[in-house]
Amino acid sequence: MRYFAILIFSVLPLFAAAQDWEDQRVFGVESAPQTLRILSSTDTSFFIPIIESFMAQRPGISVEYLVTGTADLDDLFRQSPDQFDVVISSAMDLQLKLTNDGFAQRLGELEHPDWAQWRSSLFAFTIEPAAIVVNTAAFRGLSIPATRQELIEVLRANAELFDGKVGTYDVRLSGLGYLFATQDARASETFWRLMEVIGSLDAQLYCCSGEMIDDLAEGRILVAYNVLGSYALARADTQDALTVILPSDFPTTMMRSAFVSKSASDPILAESFVSHLIGLQAEGSSKDFPLPSLDAFQATSGRASISLEPALMTYLDQLKQQIFIREWESAIIQEQ
Amino acid sequence: MTNNVVVFGSLRNRLAMILTGGAALLAVLLFFVVRAYATQIAQQGQDSILGASVSSILDAAVLRDGAVELDFPYASLSMLSTSADDRVFYAIYEDGALLSGYDGLGAVLPVQSGESMFTSTNYDNATIRVATASRILIGIDTPRQVSVSVAQTQDALAETLNRISRNVALFGAGFFALATALAFWAASTTIGQLSRLTTSVTRRGPQDLSPFLKPVPSEMVPLVGSLNTLMSRLDQSLKQSEDFIAEAAHRVRTPLATVRSYAEATFQRVETQENRDALRSMMRAIDESSRAAGQLLDHAMVTFRAENLEREDVELDGLLRDLVQRMMPVADMRDVTIDLESTEPAIIRGDPVLLQNAFRNLIDNALKYAPADTSITIHVQTKPRISVDVLDQGRGFLPAEMDKLAGRFVRGGDTQGHIGSGLGLTIAQDVATAHNGTMVLSNRPEGGACVTLQF
Repeated sequence: MRYFAILIFSVLPLFAAAQDWEDQRVFGVESAPQTLRILSSTDTSFFIPIIESFMAQRPGISVEYLVTGTADLDDLFRQSPDQFDVVISSAMDLQLKLTNDGFAQRLGELEHPDWAQWRSSLFAFTIEPAAIVVNTAAFRGLSIPATRQELIEVLRANAELFDGKVGTYDVRLSGLGYLFATQDARASETFWRLMEVIGSLDAQLYCCSGEMIDDLAEGRILVAYNVLGSYALARADTQDALTVILPSDFPTTMMRSAFVSKSASDPILAESFVSHLIGLQAEGSSKDFPLPSLDAFQATSGRASISLEPALMTYLDQLKQQIFIREWESAIIQEQ
Repeated sequence: MTNNVVVFGSLRNRLAMILTGGAALLAVLLFFVVRAYATQIAQQGQDSILGASVSSILDAAVLRDGAVELDFPYASLSMLSTSADDRVFYAIYEDGALLSGYDGLGAVLPVQSGESMFTSTNYDNATIRVATASRILIGIDTPRQVSVSVAQTQDALAETLNRISRNVALFGAGFFALATALAFWAASTTIGQLSRLTTSVTRRGPQDLSPFLKPVPSEMVPLVGSLNTLMSRLDQSLKQSEDFIAEAAHRVRTPLATVRSYAEATFQRVETQENRDALRSMMRAIDESSRAAGQLLDHAMVTFRAENLEREDVELDGLLRDLVQRMMPVADMRDVTIDLESTEPAIIRGDPVLLQNAFRNLIDNALKYAPADTSITIHVQTKPRISVDVLDQGRGFLPAEMDKLAGRFVRGGDTQGHIGSGLGLTIAQDVATAHNGTMVLSNRPEGGACVTLQF
């Protein structure tokens, strides 16, 4: 029995190390009696103040913050739900399916608007728009597009300038990209025309918003479609190089959401973290909560967001996914 | 009188109990029936939405290049959103093999194509309702059967049912409370008829044995009928016995008078002291008997006249003056004076014969018990009501007996040695009652008895 235990303990680190994290950070002391393991798709920088204020209230705990892409996150969590306490992702559809499939714990008395939660298990704590982000310098002399239709026209008219310089999510790799694309396709046929135009311009495909914005800032691409607005705005504050456009024809927004794993090792600590998170969100102070809160978004744009309901699982259906990806591939990867 | 009646339950309580119990039973029945009906309706609601979802998915099924494609609309699952955020599961099968969705929903295929089949089952620790339907797709080679199951947990349904149950329970309780109030009201109203009959029986005078003539509910007719029969029989037997007594008294009195006169005549003739004493005792006994017979006759007469009272204006002071005058010889014999005090004429409507009889009895009583050399006072008052006091200076009444003295044949415990039948006060009281008056017995503070008739 003891050998067996030793074997497990010697293999576990290997297994953990085998996982390729985008970022991995441990807050607090390594040997703390209580460790909260957060599996997230959100960049660590946004969560530092949130985790620090949480730990300030509870001395003696440590928090392990693990970052990976939305699609990867879903796979990882389904394989070993007992390895993580709190799951945070921007892919609402995947989060809702995890909750529907019974991976999430029902939390008791949490004050949260009804439309921003599902089954008292899944709690949305931001509303973020998908944006068109352009390199400001490249558009000097061109009109900045306000709608998808105008973007199509600008791209068509300046095909030489934008060839190989348009980026968007690879929906096969990014859960969030897939969510944005399917919601766009639901809203309007314009999406498919735009995809065909982008495809004809030899589209650059990305797994994550961060890399797309890096390339934009450095001029490797000039236009990025369906980038996470909040990430772009965080950069646009410091750099004038980028212009963030929220398309005025129809909005595509998502809500970042969190839930407590049903097989969490310390459910009480995990629940108190989610409670802390939505508490900070409700206070809405940008210093403590650097993400766009539910109220802030509603106040500025008043736009509808994708609602948290079982229908989000529609495009996660295997048959539908196959059809959608086949259509998307035929539009964006055009073999000449 | 009611203390010696054996009580067995209460009609009112029994009636109220039956009605209330019935209402409680109905309320409980109402609760279960409405709840069962609501469950059925709510389940039908969920089934129809599940069925719509299934058919919208099934409609999207097409065969493309020999493979089943199913690009079902967003609304298929969107329509399943509930206020309780119910979990949703679905499964798509091709010829029984899972194509997409959740495995193990326990779908039951309907016998007929195009119809939805509904079952309830357990999935992932939750009760789910599963709707299943299938469709045949005709391809180039072989037909394929595509079947679709859509399932939903029942949290919202349970919430709705709980709400309905709560409301129905409240409704049932209200119904019960109302029915209980009505039951008590109905019981009281029904029993009220009985109480009214009881009151009118209780209110009757002791002599009143006439039949009830007020209308009564049909159910009480036999009771009232028997009561009336009983009373008329009682009345008749009373009358008969009174007639008998009067007749007997009358028949006894005449021979007694003859015996008395013989006794007196013999008394004059005998000279032996012993014999004279014996004859005196004999005469005394004869007097007592004839007085009793006289009073019995008086009483029978009073009872008869009181029942058929003929009223006329009677001047009480004149009547009393005549009476005093007639009784003067007896009073003189005993050295007692009678004073009549009357300041103004006192006139009442009544039967002079009865009134005279009553006062004669009272004065007679006073004379009997008044010591020698005292006076009897008859005091007539007109204000506030007409009343006559007959006062003597004798021993007065024994306080313990005062309530009972007006009864028939009741004599005071201190009256030995006086001739009397125990009917004098009875007659006076009956006359007072017949004239809507009362008789009050009291003792005077300065000594002596006082009998007051108030009209």
